[in-house]
Amino acid sequence: MPSAEPKGISPDSALVAAVHAGDESAMAQLYDRYASIVYSVALRVLADTGAAEDVLQEVFLQLWRNPGAFDAGRGNLAPWLAVITRNRAIDCLRKRRPETDIEDVIAAVEPDLAGEAERAGALQKIRGLLGSMPAAQRSALEMAFFEGLTHTEISAKTGEPLGTIKTRIRAGLLMLRKAFQT
Amino acid sequence: MSGHEQFAEDLALYALGGLQGEERAVLEKHLEECSACRQELQQLQGDMALLALSASGPAPPQRARQRLMRAIAQEPRMKAVPQRRPWWPAAPYLAAAALALAAVLFWKRNDELQGRVAELERQSSQQQSAIEEAKQVLATLTAPDAMRVTLVAAPARPQPQGKAIYVRNRGSLIFLASNMEPLPPAKAYELWLIPMSGAPIPAGMFKPDAQGSATVVNPPLPSGVEAKTFAITVEPESGSSTPTMPIVMVGAGE
Repeated sequence: MPSAEPKGISPDSALVAAVHAGDESAMAQLYDRYASIVYSVALRVLADTGAAEDVLQEVFLQLWRNPGAFDAGRGNLAPWLAVITRNRAIDCLRKRRPETDIEDVIAAVEPDLAGEAERAGALQKIRGLLGSMPAAQRSALEMAFFEGLTHTEISAKTGEPLGTIKTRIRAGLLMLRKAFQT
Repeated sequence: MSGHEQFAEDLALYALGGLQGEERAVLEKHLEECSACRQELQQLQGDMALLALSASGPAPPQRARQRLMRAIAQEPRMKAVPQRRPWWPAAPYLAAAALALAAVLFWKRNDELQGRVAELERQSSQQQSAIEEAKQVLATLTAPDAMRVTLVAAPARPQPQGKAIYVRNRGSLIFLASNMEPLPPAKAYELWLIPMSGAPIPAGMFKPDAQGSATVVNPPLPSGVEAKTFAITVEPESGSSTPTMPIVMVGAGE
């Protein structure tokens, strides 16, 4: 939220509006703010710095070409970028054309992730939560999210029933949500 | 919570991109009608964002920033211009766009299946052409009406010559001979595979035709024998199990 950001720093929505008007320096500011998130997610999925750089470039170019795809009224930029980056990186990993339209991604999150301090706090909390998850649940969640495996593939890999995997994935996501609900 | 428990787990899989086929189509149809499930999907994408944040790693290299800024500087902006013209002149284009969209959706559904069929067809046609090629090679080598020409430095008289092509792992051998001396009655040439160790192995009997040419194609041989040399002797027509001296021709691998 704009109120959470230090004075003198434009909120994301203002920068996105400036990008809409063709302002390259606004784009540079958004890059400086979020490139490390985008790159980290892409690198975690692809485990290859060159491929991660390509996804980084692609995600920010998409924002430049189509800033209207991000709906500031329905979420913050950081989670939106994180999700579209993950989806694009999985598409690259599986060598397929983009499967989701970035305009269809609306990431509603409870914590305010616009500021760096908020993100650092959230990161600590998320890591703590993942650490405390049962190993099988965390592993199912990470295989689905960072490796892009389907529930069927995870079930085949782990030898566990399909229903169990489905439940673990959803329950894992809900645990993250609940940890931030006030 | 959506209150639509039957879709709850599928929604999470859908958000992660793991739902395919009919399950996906059913859910997408439901999403069109159900705002509660759409809202839950947004929440799940928010949950995914939290998970994504756990991937905190090194900062991207400086060159990535330069590359992006160069790319956007070169990219002409498509500014949204308010449309004030009536919509109906665009009707044919809209219809065409709708058709194109339908075609794309149809294509996406079929693409995977078609890809697999194409792959199988490609493999099959590769194998077919490999077989055809092998058949043609064999047909040429064994054709009774083939013209066989050996070119040597004039005016030298063509010398008897044999060529053995041996594939050790398969135990397959093709042997071509030319300018062979005519044989005494009731005699035949016998080809021998002389292994690195052990006794010579019979590798086929042959009699040259009127021009002195002969071929031996895949005589029965054990596979995996390493050949030191090949040799030819003159033997009774019925063949011998050990070579009768003298060896008339001999050659090692090139």
